[in-house]
Amino acid sequence: MKRTVFMLLPLLVLAGCSSSSTWGWYVIDPRSETGWINVKFLLSGMGDTILISVIAAVISIALGLLVALPGLSTKRGWRIVNRVYVELVRSIPLLPMLFWVFYGLPIIFRSMGINVPIDPFWGAIITLALSDSAFTAEIYRAGIQSIAKGQSEAAQTVGLNYFQTMRYVILPQAIRRILPPLANQFIYIVKMSAFASVIGMQELTRRANELVVTEYRPLEIYTLLVLEYLVLVLIISAGVRWLERRMGADERQ
Amino acid sequence: MSQAAIEMIGVNKWFDTFHVLKNIDLKVGSGEKVVICGPSGSGKSTVVRCINKLEKHQEGIIRLGGVELTNDPKSVEAIRSEVGMVFQQFNLFPHLSVLENLTLGPIKARGLSRKDAEERARHYLERVRIPDQADKRPAQLSGGQQQRVAIARSLCMEPKVLLFDEPTSALDPEMISEVLDVMVSLAEDGMTMVVVTHEMGFARKVADKMVFMDAGEIVEQGPPEHFFTKPKSERCRTFLSQILQH
Repeated sequence: MKRTVFMLLPLLVLAGCSSSSTWGWYVIDPRSETGWINVKFLLSGMGDTILISVIAAVISIALGLLVALPGLSTKRGWRIVNRVYVELVRSIPLLPMLFWVFYGLPIIFRSMGINVPIDPFWGAIITLALSDSAFTAEIYRAGIQSIAKGQSEAAQTVGLNYFQTMRYVILPQAIRRILPPLANQFIYIVKMSAFASVIGMQELTRRANELVVTEYRPLEIYTLLVLEYLVLVLIISAGVRWLERRMGADERQ
Repeated sequence: MSQAAIEMIGVNKWFDTFHVLKNIDLKVGSGEKVVICGPSGSGKSTVVRCINKLEKHQEGIIRLGGVELTNDPKSVEAIRSEVGMVFQQFNLFPHLSVLENLTLGPIKARGLSRKDAEERARHYLERVRIPDQADKRPAQLSGGQQQRVAIARSLCMEPKVLLFDEPTSALDPEMISEVLDVMVSLAEDGMTMVVVTHEMGFARKVADKMVFMDAGEIVEQGPPEHFFTKPKSERCRTFLSQILQH
C-alpha cells in the first residue's frame, strides 16, 4: 500500500503545482456536471476491459494446457506440433494478430461457408487468448516438467492411464507452481486488452480516445486512463501475491 | 514348478548407442524369490523396469504368466495390473493422504467402490504394520514408513508379481530392517518377488535364486548357497568380497 502511494505521489504533485491555465482538470472534475459525466463515461469502460480480460484468460488457460501436453510427449511428432504453435504464436505481435483475426478470419469463415461474424468483443477475446496461450503453454510445460518422473512412473504402476495420471497425480502437484505465473500472465492480458480499442471495442482506452477527440484534453484524460490501469493491475498483483503466499504455505506443509 | 511367472529370453536394450542389457535370460517361477545384485550401472534396475514396461526392450522376448509383452497399450495395461513395483525413492503421491495413495489405483484403474478400496487399503496398511497412519500425508512419515506405504500401495493392486528396485537404498540405516521385515513376511506368504538390492542378509534369508549382473550381462545365477560360498566367476567373487567385508 505504501508503495502505491509513492507511485501516485509524483503525479499528484505535478497536478497540484500547475497553474490552471496549462491544466484543464475540469474535464474530469467530478464536482462539475460535465466533469462527472466524463468520468462516468471513462470509468464505464472498466466492465468491458475486465470482461474481455477474464474470458480471454479462461480460454488461454484451457488452450495453453491443450498446447502444452503434446510438448511433453515422448513422441517427436507431437513435440514438433507444440514447438511450431508456441514459436509461431509467440512471434506475432498482438496488433497485427488482432487485425488478422478481426478482418481476416471472417473471410476464411465465409470461404468455408460458415457465417460467423466476428464482433470487436469476440475479436479482442480470440486474439488475446490466442496470443497468451503460447505463454500459458510454456508455463504449464515448465510446471509439469518440474514434477519428478517417478511420480508418473508410480502412477503407471498402479494402473493409471495417461489422462488419469495427469488428472490425479501430475496436475494437482504442478498447479502450485503453475498458478502464480499464470496469474501474473493475467496482468499481461489486462494491459494488452487496450489494443481492443483499435477495432472499436468500447473499453477503457477507446473511451479515453473518444473523449480526447471531443474535449481536446489528452494529458488529463490519458492521466486518468493510466491511473485506471494502474489501480486494476495493482489489485490483481495483490491477488497474485496472496496466491503465491498461500501456495508457498501449502508447499511447506 | 508350473508356468513361469516371468520369462526373459535374449533381451537386449540400448540407450542410444549404450548397450545396457546384453542377452538377458531369466526365468522366475511362480512364488519364486529372485534377488538381483551387482555393481551400480550394471543394468539391474533396467531389467526390473523392463519387466513392467517402464523401459522398452529392443530385442528378445519378455513373457509374464505366459503372455508376451508388446508395445500395444492394451498389453502394457494388462501387464501393469499384474505387476507391482516398489521404487528406491518411494514415489508416493505427496498431495494425497496415505489412504488416498492406496485407493487411487484400485478406484480409478480397477473401478472399485471407495468403500471397498478403503477397506482393502486398511487391510494392507495393517499388513505393513502402520494401520494408524492412514490420514497423514507421506511427508509426515519417516522414510521407512513411507516405503512400507509404497509396498502397501502396490499390494492394493493385488499383483501376481512384486518388483523391488533397491527398496532400502534411500533409507537411513535404522529404518532398513523394518522394510526388510515386511518384505520377508511377504516372501513367506508366497508372493513372487524380484528384488534388486545390496542387502545380502535379506538375500540369504529369502532368495530362491541369486542373479549377479555386471556391465549389462547376467554373469552368474544360481541358488544362494552356491552363490555365496563358491561363486564361479572372478567378477562375482570380487563384488561379494567388497560388499560383504563390512
